Amino acid sequence: MNIIGLYNYWIVVVLMAIGFFIVIAHENLIKKLIGLSIFQTAVFFLYISMGKVVGGTAPILDDKWHLYSNPLPHVLILTAIVVGISTTAVGLALVVRIQEAYGSIEEHEIQTLNAQDQIECQLEAYGFMKNNAFSVKSLDE
Amino acid sequence: MITHYPVLQVIIPLIGAPLCLLFPVPRLAGLFALLVSSLAFLVSCGLLQQVMVHGTLVYALGGWAAPWGIEYRIDYLNSYLLLLVSSMSTVVLIAAQSSIRRELPQNRQTYFYTAYLLCLTGLLGILATGDAFNVFVFLEISSLSSYTLIALGTDRRALTASYQYLIMGTIGATFIIIGVGLMYMMTGTLNMNDLAERLPEVNHSRTVLSAFGFFIVGVCLKLALFPLHLWLPNAYAFAPSIATAFLAATATKVAVYVLIRYVFTVFGIEYVESVLPLQEIFLVLGLVGIFAASVSAIYQLNIKRLFAYSSVAQIGYMILGLAIGTQLGLAATLLHMFNHALMKGALFLAIGSVVYRINSSQLNHMAGLGRKMPWTMAAIVIGGLSLVGVPLTVGFVSKWYLVLALLEKGWWLVTVLVLISSLLALIYVWRIIEWVYFTPARIHLSEVREAPLSQLVPVWILVIANIYFGLDTSLTVGVSKLAAQSLFGLFGAAP
Amino acid sequence: MNLAPEQMLLSAILIPALAVFGIILTGRWANIRELVSIMAGLILINLVTGLYQIVADGGLIAYQGPELFSGLTIAFAIEPLGMLFALVAGYLWLVTTVYSIGYMRGHKEEKQTRFFACFAVAISSVMGIAFSANLLTLFIFYEILTLSTYPLVTHSGTIKAKLGGRVYLGVLLTTSILFLLLAIIGTWFVTGSLDFRDGGLFDSSTLGAAAVLLPLYIFGIGKAAIMPFHRWLPAAMVAPTPVSALLHAVAVVKAGVFSVLKICVYVFGLDTLRQLPTTDYLLYLAAVTVLLASIVAMRQDNLKARLAYSTVSQLSYITIGALLATSAGVVGGAMHIAMHAFGKITLFFCAGAIMVAAHKTEISQMRGLGRQMPITMIAFFIGSLSIIGLPPTGGTWGKWFLMIGALDAGQGVIMAVLMISSLLNIAYLLPIPIRAFYPNDDVERPTGIKEAPLPSLVALSVTAAGCIVLFFFTGPLYELALAILS
Repeated sequence: MNIIGLYNYWIVVVLMAIGFFIVIAHENLIKKLIGLSIFQTAVFFLYISMGKVVGGTAPILDDKWHLYSNPLPHVLILTAIVVGISTTAVGLALVVRIQEAYGSIEEHEIQTLNAQDQIECQLEAYGFMKNNAFSVKSLDE
Repeated sequence: MITHYPVLQVIIPLIGAPLCLLFPVPRLAGLFALLVSSLAFLVSCGLLQQVMVHGTLVYALGGWAAPWGIEYRIDYLNSYLLLLVSSMSTVVLIAAQSSIRRELPQNRQTYFYTAYLLCLTGLLGILATGDAFNVFVFLEISSLSSYTLIALGTDRRALTASYQYLIMGTIGATFIIIGVGLMYMMTGTLNMNDLAERLPEVNHSRTVLSAFGFFIVGVCLKLALFPLHLWLPNAYAFAPSIATAFLAATATKVAVYVLIRYVFTVFGIEYVESVLPLQEIFLVLGLVGIFAASVSAIYQLNIKRLFAYSSVAQIGYMILGLAIGTQLGLAATLLHMFNHALMKGALFLAIGSVVYRINSSQLNHMAGLGRKMPWTMAAIVIGGLSLVGVPLTVGFVSKWYLVLALLEKGWWLVTVLVLISSLLALIYVWRIIEWVYFTPARIHLSEVREAPLSQLVPVWILVIANIYFGLDTSLTVGVSKLAAQSLFGLFGAAP
Repeated sequence: MNLAPEQMLLSAILIPALAVFGIILTGRWANIRELVSIMAGLILINLVTGLYQIVADGGLIAYQGPELFSGLTIAFAIEPLGMLFALVAGYLWLVTTVYSIGYMRGHKEEKQTRFFACFAVAISSVMGIAFSANLLTLFIFYEILTLSTYPLVTHSGTIKAKLGGRVYLGVLLTTSILFLLLAIIGTWFVTGSLDFRDGGLFDSSTLGAAAVLLPLYIFGIGKAAIMPFHRWLPAAMVAPTPVSALLHAVAVVKAGVFSVLKICVYVFGLDTLRQLPTTDYLLYLAAVTVLLASIVAMRQDNLKARLAYSTVSQLSYITIGALLATSAGVVGGAMHIAMHAFGKITLFFCAGAIMVAAHKTEISQMRGLGRQMPITMIAFFIGSLSIIGLPPTGGTWGKWFLMIGALDAGQGVIMAVLMISSLLNIAYLLPIPIRAFYPNDDVERPTGIKEAPLPSLVALSVTAAGCIVLFFFTGPLYELALAILS
């Protein structure tokens, strides 16, 4: 196998791994989004490089050239870029709202706050259940 | 006009979504969304009828023939699901009018309807298209709009749930395009039918294998197969009730459809079985998912979260049907997709009415509600019984066919496990019933009234559908079996 | 009324179901509501009697309902066994309704509308079970019966009632979903049919499957309360007494043993049943249930609990009758359904009457009660005789034929078990009325207690009289039971 000849795919794999790692490992919600973007960009590279025809030029019709790269992956990736941008936009909007609501964009702090919300609900419920159980029992007797 | 139905199915809500924004009053936007969704529903009825008469419909988008242009291809399988999605969306929108007015602030209501219609567009598009890349585009349309829908929930935890879903969903979608890209690399086509024809020629290559691997993992993330389900419970629990009802009834089903379409039509079941022990993987994940999620559901205090876990468990049943790998098993899966949509639609809409009245979805706040909201609670009871699989409900029909398929395969042990798991469903449904009917009400509940008619009607439409399709199974079972037959019979073949 | 036989069949199922709406609509006016219940009961008796006359003349009545799955319909047909069950349930519903009116008012219970509505749903599903023409229909109504009786069991809404309700529902639904449904789908898978057919569905090639399915059926029908799936029955004791009477004498338990009989006769067929290797084991398990439950019953001081364990034991008599796979066994089992129903409902009515009038639930408190409540105690005595199987009460005949059945099958052990059990019955039932009339002198006699309200008293007298009448006029019942096998 020609490892060097497939270097573009190696770059794709490395970029993908970096992006994925950032998404998993980082606490900061913005950094996670950056990781996600890198992850997506890696896929763009994958598409573009597979559309490359050796010796071909950009797929713009002109009399001077006869060999073009495959235009379809370019088109597809234009779409994918749009999708990627919108994902990042929605993600960033969410992070802004999270900052407003929690006062933080660090994951562990948000998780702590969420856990507190959860515990409050449960405490209320169990307290209610307890009271309820007693009242019913007293009715029984 | 009729020949354009396949594209109208998708275009109508797509155009409707931005038009919603033009309405100055949210109330009008809501009514307009309802109108758009009803039109989509009518179109899907027409499509199903056409497919029943003429067989598969092929529509070339923009007049560009198949290998160059995007092709919409409607057969038994997707016309049946188109009908399901558009009908559920319409019913949910009826209830949405009053519920959204209560749950969302005035200035966000219009956006809700826009996002809702976009989500509908995405789901319908995934179902209608016959183009591999187009699936990804529509998947992202539906996903992005559902992140928005979820983030509109009032609890601040809705935001983190939505963010989590965004991260996992985007990773899933990116995996899917990697898979599509690798397939394109090997075959030079994106049309599903062409892919099905050309993939066998190259299916020894590692590229196709990795394409398949990426694709399956990506889709399983989207359909929340255990253990990739982590985003789902929170997303369903904190989204606005209407969004939960819509997503629970349709979104995961559409993801299951994508899985079925690729495993059976594009890759072909023979290839799938030869390269991966997919049956075993699905069997194990399905069963573990059913048990783990059902047990988690038992311990939930929030009823939305409870039914969200139950949804994860129900997806396990669908995957189990696929794992059987026979025609009957596939039919059972398709049947359960339809039936589960009816159950969860009814349940989450009824919960929406509860939230509408008591502004909480916690079980302890629902104590004694059986007397205050008898119709809504009766709907929850019937929906819950359907979930358990009590006779005369759709759940029983699903269970019957799943067990029959398992017996046909000779998997006795799995059969027993499936039956045991439905008892877990019984436990969590009964917890609700005990809270609602046999626990004294709290004092402040005294002013609570029955839900408004505009919510009761859609809830009861779905409840009655639960019972009707439990009695008359000719439509659901008939179409499921036809679809399963065609998926097994016509795999890879030209129209 | 001039209805076609098929219409009569359907009305027998629908009339109680329609009564539910009547009861809910008239819930505000207690007297009208009760009138609706009683009217429905009268119409039902009328219908059941009419159906009986047609069946006795050899008429065939069947109704095909909608198709549920391809090849599987909801279908009804009347065969003698179902007719017998429907007769018993139809008559006793009216009596129980009359009794509950007295009881519920005497006890000032809440939520009476829900009570009477669920009661009617239960009877509707009992009729459905009795007339079902295939296993699917039977299963559907079996489950409805379980669900509709749950609110009756947890009627009081206390924690104790909720826990009892959990056990009740847990055991019944677990067994039915886990075993019965599996057995039914298995039968469909093996034989391709779920119809009740003379001679059964299995042939020599499917005997192996039948041997596996039989225990699934027997355990799956949790309502037959064979050990170790009997716990729900004592747990359901938290229910108001008329419910206990309905559950433990007429509707639920009898639906269980009726299903066992029906499945043994029409799904397996007696000839097949005799060849199965698993039949004997189940037979002995039933025998063990008879003895163990009787022994446990002796140790209970709570009257209703004692009666509940007595029921567990008596139900296994009928299961034994089915599993003996002899004609006399089936006849005995079928007759015992009717006889035990009358006997046990009398006992429960008495227990309820004592509770309403004297507020006593423990047997040890009931000494000397005979003076204050003579009618109740005499009825209790007659009911006890019927359960034990002594003349001149109907219970004699059921046991008589069961004994003959055991003899025919060459099961000496079962004969012995039946006899020992009769002795145990005497030991745990008869002391109650005897002590009531002849207490030891050192016991303080209760004072200031009167008989129960009139409706209750009438009801329990009627059923007690029924026990005696059934001894002398057994002919129609016997012929019906005999017709099961022809």
